[in-house]
Amino acid sequence: MSISAVIGLVFLVLGVGLMLIFFFARRTQPARPLRSISAFQRLRRALGLAVEDGKRLHVSLGQASILNSNGASALVGLSTLERVAQLSSLGDRPPVATSGDGTLAILSQDTLRSTYRRLGAFDMYDPDRGRLAGPTPFAYIAGALPVISREQVSANLLIGNFGPEAALLCERAEQQSAFTLAASDALPAQAALYASAQEPLIGEELFAIPAYMQGTPIYQVSLHVQDILRWVVVGALVIGAIFQFIVPLLGGGSP
Amino acid sequence: MRAPFSTALAIAFGLVVLLGYFIPAPCDPANPGLSCTFLGIRVVFLDWGAILAGVAMLVGIVNLALVHWRKVRMAGKERDLLSAVFLLAFLITLAAGFWFTPADVRFQRAVLSIQTPVEISLMALLVVTLAYASLRLLQRRSGLMAASFVISALVFLLLMSGLLGLFQQVPLLRELVNLINRLPLAGARGILLGIALGSLTAGLRILLGADRPYSG
Repeated sequence: MSISAVIGLVFLVLGVGLMLIFFFARRTQPARPLRSISAFQRLRRALGLAVEDGKRLHVSLGQASILNSNGASALVGLSTLERVAQLSSLGDRPPVATSGDGTLAILSQDTLRSTYRRLGAFDMYDPDRGRLAGPTPFAYIAGALPVISREQVSANLLIGNFGPEAALLCERAEQQSAFTLAASDALPAQAALYASAQEPLIGEELFAIPAYMQGTPIYQVSLHVQDILRWVVVGALVIGAIFQFIVPLLGGGSP
Repeated sequence: MRAPFSTALAIAFGLVVLLGYFIPAPCDPANPGLSCTFLGIRVVFLDWGAILAGVAMLVGIVNLALVHWRKVRMAGKERDLLSAVFLLAFLITLAAGFWFTPADVRFQRAVLSIQTPVEISLMALLVVTLAYASLRLLQRRSGLMAASFVISALVFLLLMSGLLGLFQQVPLLRELVNLINRLPLAGARGILLGIALGSLTAGLRILLGADRPYSG
């Protein structure tokens, strides 16, 4: 087994172990409050306003295929869609989800269907509300732009894998005076969305969205584990750097 | 538990594909063992996944066409005539694709000669949008982070433009420019490590059956 596979396995075992330990510990101990992020406070307000005003929420799931390595961001988007559908079920207009990949479009329809079935509001389900906007990056943007401007959308959640062209969606939302929260796993998109979205989330904050929105223990445990693993990586990097600095000084070979 | 059969199936498939990453490949066909078995199963599952993704794309495109068809048929203000343009273009492309086949050079040239200018126009629009958004950023968001973003964007635009090429002649300044050029790499690695850990925990939630993006 290669060294990278061994390191991957160690992180996998550590992640599973910590997740199970914290999950069962949560049954006896009270939950630790999550730090306040202004983006989520504004999002809750925007969700409430959308329901009150009879407006629609748009969840843009990006172009990640569930089969690729960037599929995790799509899973976060689907989890958010589930919560948004729950919260807006009291409103007049169900949310709309757009995606740039066929599997993601089908999963978004499935998420909406299962959520409404669980809520006993199956009549609210409309397969057209989980749609493929376009199969290429720019086709996706071109397909999602009319959704923002013509479907009475008051809040847009851009959660998934995008290119920098996602800034065009934010700009259109700005023109419509609609709220925008944006989070992506792609670096170029993060830079573009930081400049153009009202509430951008940077880096791993993307993966904190379910913990802040769902509030169920597993998401908060997952966030906790993510924090611990990050400190493990930071520790490993610092130790590695010190090791690389000290070994030549002691007359050893390059580590 | 919600949809136990689908959950069990998803976990089992996920575990087999994951194990395939940790069991050394390539396998020796002369001496097939556990490695060959897992590699074979993993390849079969990934092939199924690719076929299903292709079918899903087809279903998605049919759904997209139906959404636009309904928009065309709507009454009053809800009717969208641009959807008619979409449907017309879609049907022409589909018919031409069946007639000439997607491998035909003339078909490819015809599609690209429409798609490429449209995408370049959107790219040009993006440049203007981003420039305007950057100007508006400090007005909308105050604080160290926004200021750092704008300053670093300006510094790197200047560095990438080659205007500071003269600095490369001065040894100390050359080192300084090289150091500044390495900074985004360090930042990007930091962000990517965070993304990787987030992806890991999201995947683990699926494998543990705690997160189910499917109804079953």
